[in-house]
Parts: sequence; structure tokens; C-alpha cells
Amino acid sequence: MYLIGETTHGHHQIEMACNACHTSAFGGPEVIQSACIDCHGEELELAKDSHPKTKFSDPRNADRIDILDARYCVTCHKEHNEEIAGDMGLTLPEDYCFRCHEDIGEERETHKDLPFDSCASAGCHNYHDNLALYEDFLLKHADEPDFKHPAVTPARTKLATLAAVRNFAIMTSDQVHADVALDAIAGQEELVAQAHHDWSQSQHAHTGVNCLTCHAAEEGEAVEDDNNVTVLGLQTSNWVEKPSYEVCQKCHTDQVDGFLLGKHGMRLAHSLSPMKVSDAKIMMKTEAGHEELDCMSCHSAHRFDTVAAATDSCLTCHDSEHVNNYWGSPHGKLQQEVLAGVRATEEGVTCATCHMPRIEVSIGDSQIVMVNHNQNENLRPNEKMIRPVCMKCHSLEFSIDALADDELIESNFTGQPQQHIRSIDMALERDAKTNRTDKAY
Amino acid sequence: MMKRALTITSCFFGAVAISGCNPNASKGIEPKQYTDSLFAVMKADRTNYTKLIIKRLGPKGADAIKPNEHWDDMPNGAPLPAQMFRFGAEGVAEMTDDFTYSLQSLWPINKQNAPRTPVEKKGLQYVVDNPGQNFYGEEKLGDKTYFTAVYPDVAVAAPCMDCHNNHKDTPKSDFKMGDVMGGVVIRVPL
Repeated sequence: MYLIGETTHGHHQIEMACNACHTSAFGGPEVIQSACIDCHGEELELAKDSHPKTKFSDPRNADRIDILDARYCVTCHKEHNEEIAGDMGLTLPEDYCFRCHEDIGEERETHKDLPFDSCASAGCHNYHDNLALYEDFLLKHADEPDFKHPAVTPARTKLATLAAVRNFAIMTSDQVHADVALDAIAGQEELVAQAHHDWSQSQHAHTGVNCLTCHAAEEGEAVEDDNNVTVLGLQTSNWVEKPSYEVCQKCHTDQVDGFLLGKHGMRLAHSLSPMKVSDAKIMMKTEAGHEELDCMSCHSAHRFDTVAAATDSCLTCHDSEHVNNYWGSPHGKLQQEVLAGVRATEEGVTCATCHMPRIEVSIGDSQIVMVNHNQNENLRPNEKMIRPVCMKCHSLEFSIDALADDELIESNFTGQPQQHIRSIDMALERDAKTNRTDKAY
Repeated sequence: MMKRALTITSCFFGAVAISGCNPNASKGIEPKQYTDSLFAVMKADRTNYTKLIIKRLGPKGADAIKPNEHWDDMPNGAPLPAQMFRFGAEGVAEMTDDFTYSLQSLWPINKQNAPRTPVEKKGLQYVVDNPGQNFYGEEKLGDKTYFTAVYPDVAVAAPCMDCHNNHKDTPKSDFKMGDVMGGVVIRVPL
């Protein structure tokens, strides 16, 4: 297939699904815009997008739109122009702030003579997501210590709570039994025995998620096993050897939805073959090149080890300096202590802690903690990680400084930030000069 | 359906027909009457929000909500009346482009809300210089001509002027009750 230009890091995986973006052969920019919003709209909404389309659709901005039509994502983020994409893997003009805020130096002494391209590149502002960067937030979190005590991530929801919220039963060890005759797979007894062992140690075994729940769409014939327990016989006609992500999705809906929006699952979301590690545009380990990504790639079938999924699975494939410095970093050392059993799980910092963090979500009247499987929400620009990730353990100032320090990021945060972003200082200086009250009502 | 229900289409030169583009439709609404009517609804809604929600449930009432500029980043936060007004304008912009409106001022807290077009500048100055009067004009923006109306936005409650007078970004801190603090600009394509 001929492409008019190489696609960017964000979209190269789905470049063969033309209709993912070009949803119609007819229509103007609204067609593409609608496709952008279909995938990215929810994240923009969560980020309380500082520059929504409605800010620019008023005719009073007609002259601005002539120069920079900010109603459409593709004005700044051009696709099929990979050669001009920047560090974040997408195209971005340098002067987009200047076009509307060129006179900022007149109203803010501190902003006088700042370079026109420094607004969003210096850790101070972000075009879309300023949740951690707006002035009152800076003031609210000024003067915090670098490290919080305790520095912990949200604890996983207890199985009993989850069972009550999701309405399923928990089985005791005595009640756990496989629902297929395990000797039914002739010639694969060893494999099946290992699978059975792994499964029996998992939460699936204790929550009634049995062999056939995942491996067969239809139940098999009931038979008795060697222990005279009634189990279901294997029916090869409906046995699925490798259940797809869609099977997981039946129960783990939110997690799989996030996975499909993220870099690992976006090909599947567009009915393409699974992402292969060797297809990645970032540094990956050669020996993992053949791996294809679905739920099992990270969670490994039957065992579903979430601890391994949070670090080992990532390190098996990814190969950047940042990744390879993980175990020797302060974050990695904390996790080693967790694995050694000398530190609480919530005090460890895994790859997932930062890039697939635990988030609290409401289900009815209950709150549960789940993992956000869409890593796009905590990747680039890294300022969007400040509130959901960094500030769980660090101060705002430390977080801003650390995320602006490329060398520190490469070392996986081994050491202190070597530069200081003055945004909190500026906010404090300005606040000290004004007599303000926010108690008008 | 939503958009269609709200559509009031401009069919003739300057005349606006609620009934759509039926060439036999004889009744139409003059742009001035159209924008005056829209303003009446906006003003009534904003006043009601201030009195019935903010005043009643805010710190000087039941103290159940916290009116604040950063309302969406605090528990029980509630949008300020001016923000509520802007959210209305943004919501309308998502549904129709048959009219737009905005809240502007010669002394805006956010500089992006200062008048930009010549008609906006003239209109905002006019409603300040001529208390109690509205301003109407026409302007060409991009490739379209618009009927633009500017209505005075008057300080009717103490919190309006307290907030503006004390805000660190305000260029004017001596508003008094009854002062024209800005204007509502309503624009209709002709």
C-alpha cells in the first residue's frame, strides 16, 4: 500500500487502517477531526483541555484562525510528516503560543523577554493539560518537602471488596477445582499440569473463573474426574487454545478498553494483527522482536502475575537507557525491597506505577482501585504525569524540576534535578505583591 | 435533532426566520429583536443562577457549595456566574453556529476576553459611556458579515465587583455597584 508519507510514532501502528482516521472519502477537515476526537477526546476532557475547539470557533477569532486554525488537531499535529515530528513523536509548530499571547510580557513582568518558544518547552505550560501547572495549584503546593511521608501508591482493592462490588463469589482452597478433565488433552499432560498449577495459584481459581470460562464459548459434557468430582469434559469443537483479549474483556472491561486505546493494543482496536515488538519505533530488545502483544504478553496465561507484569514484562521488551537503568535507580531499589519482603507493596515503584498507574474509579456507590492500561495518559508530554503519578510521592516543585531534566530521566531518576523551573517562584513572587481575596462569596 | 431544534436560520438579507427557509414564510425576526431576545434569556438565567444557586447554597447561604474560579478542582466547587455564562456560550458553540456570544470587558481578568474586533471595541466603549443603552453594528469577519450586538454587563451584586476588584489579574480595582463592568457580545451571521 502506498502512503503519502511516513506516519508518526503515535499512529504508525495503525497506518494500514486508513479508515481509522479517514473515516469518509468525502467531507472536509471535520471528518479527520471527528476521528481524532473519537480516540483522544476522552483524554482531552479528563485533562480539562485548556484550548478546546470552542475557544476558537467564535467568529471574533477569524483573523487568528487564518494564521493558525486551532479548531483542528491536524493544524499543529500533521500526520504523514514523520520527518518533521519532534521529540514527542508528533509534529508541533514552535510559535503556536506566540500567535495569541505575544503581549504576555506586558502584563507579567516575569515573562518579559522569555523566548517565544519557551512557554511549553520549559516545564511551565502545556497547551492542553495544565492540571498541575495553573497558578493557584502552584501556590497551593508551594513549599512542600521533596518526599512525602508516607510515599505510597493506592493499595489494590481487596478481593472481598471487589467481589461485593462486582457481585461474584470467592472460593476457599477446598472448593477450587478445574472444570475440565485434565487428562483430556492427550500428549500435553505436562503442559496442562503446569497450566493447572499456575491457575490454581491465581485469583481466577478462587473466583470461579475456570478453564472453560476462557477456553470455551460453550460448555462441554459433564463427566466425573479421578476424584469423583463432576467436571466438564473437553470438547475440541469449541475449545479455544489461545483465548483473545476479547475473552478477558468480558470481565476486565475497563482494563482492556484502556489497553486498546494505548500503544500496546491500538492495532487490535482497529482489527489489525497484534502489535509486534519488532514493529516499534523506539528501542526494543532484539530477542523480543517476535513477541506479539495481547493481554497474555505481559500477564502470562494462567499465572496472571501482576507483580511481574508491572516490571519484568516491560523490561523483557523495552531497551532504552531509562529502562535499563531501572533496577539500579532509587525507584528500582524500592521495588527490590518490596520483592524481598522488607517493604510494603504500595511503597514500591514499578514501571507500571508511573506509566500505568493505579487509579480510583467509582462503581455505583463504591470506589475501587484499578490499573489504567492506556499508557498514553502518562507518557508524553510528561507534565501530565505530575498529578496522577509523581505527586503521590513527591512535591510539585520536585516533580516539575525532575521531569524537565532529560539526563535525570535517562538515569531513571538517579540523583537530584540539576535544573530548577521557576514557575512556583514566579507565582509566589506575584502573589506576595497582590492583595487578593478569594472570599468574594 | 438537537441542532435542528435550535436552528434559527438566516434566510434573507438580514432577516431571520424561525420557521426555516420556506420562501413563503412571511414572518421573520429582525436581528435586533433576535439578539435582544437571546440576551433576555441569558440575563435571566445568569441572574437566577446567582440568586437561586450561588447565593442560596454558597458561603453566605447554606454553605454547601464553594463558588470558585477553580471550582472543578475542589470538592463542592461551583462555577462563578461569569464562568457559568461562558460554559453556556461554549455549549451553544458545540450545538450551532447560527449565533455566538461572549462576555467581554475593557478591563478583563483574562486578557483574551478584551474586545478584539473594531466593532467589539466600539461597542464595549459605547455601553460604558452610555449607561442603560445597547450597541448594535455590523462587521465582516473572515468571509462572513455579522450583526453584532453589545449589551452592558452591570455590577448588580457585591460579589461581582469584590471578585473583580480583588483579583490579582484585574486591571481595574475600583468597580462600584451599578458600574458597567463589561458587555455581552452576541453575533449573528447575516
